[in-house]
Amino acid sequence: MAEAKAPAERPLSPHLQIYRPMLTMMMSIVHRISGAALYFGMLLLAWWLISAAAGPNAYAKVEAFMGSIAGRLVLFGYTWALIHHMLGGIRHLIWDMGRGFGPQEREWLAAATLVGSVGLTIALWVIGYLLMGGPR
Amino acid sequence: MNDHHAKQMRTPLRQVRGLGSARSGTTHFWHQRVTSVALLSLTIAFVVIVVMLLGRNHAAAVQILGSPLVAILMLLFIFTTAYHMWLGMQEIIVDYVHDDALKLFTLISNTFFCAAVGLACTYAILKLSFGV
Repeated sequence: MAEAKAPAERPLSPHLQIYRPMLTMMMSIVHRISGAALYFGMLLLAWWLISAAAGPNAYAKVEAFMGSIAGRLVLFGYTWALIHHMLGGIRHLIWDMGRGFGPQEREWLAAATLVGSVGLTIALWVIGYLLMGGPR
Repeated sequence: MNDHHAKQMRTPLRQVRGLGSARSGTTHFWHQRVTSVALLSLTIAFVVIVVMLLGRNHAAAVQILGSPLVAILMLLFIFTTAYHMWLGMQEIIVDYVHDDALKLFTLISNTFFCAAVGLACTYAILKLSFGV
């Protein structure tokens, strides 16, 4: 290894920031970011379940947080990340089948992921609030 | 290295076929897909359970989470998610972390985190189900 020469200069693939942002590219990035957010979001689920198992006093803290404006915002973001990552996953499964690679198809799929995730998240929250008898 | 290869009858392709650099072939990819397919229905079940719990007090939440069907669905969701997120974060780490020591540290941390979160959620569900 002592005689090893410096590696030859090889052409490098251009980095991300050189490309014009496109919807398909943004959806790919958001899929990864939402996945990472959900990863740490599992701490929220763990806290919630452990509190339920611990007793009424611990659960009251969860209820207070989930009911606060900050808690609702976090929950709303969590819901959107979850739905978006799920729809993005369906898109990947379609691609795994070898379908949906055409120029129009992939643009449509990217748009459907975004519109679908926002629409489904809002619909879920409306249903949730209706079940609770209005915002509180 | 070159002399070693020259004496071998096996082509380089034979040595990597089905294995790749990680020696595990497409296992990572395949498990990611299988868990994602499972999570399609499990996530819907999870969201429905969360909506059911909204605005309920502790007694009602315990009753819902401890009922067999809900508990089983939650356990399936927790196991599948813990494995799916372990695979996913591993992919992110090997993509972006190039320093060997930091890569080792983050990969091991990923395993510990997913195991701890998965086990904590599982324990809570079991405690709610068996009421001990």
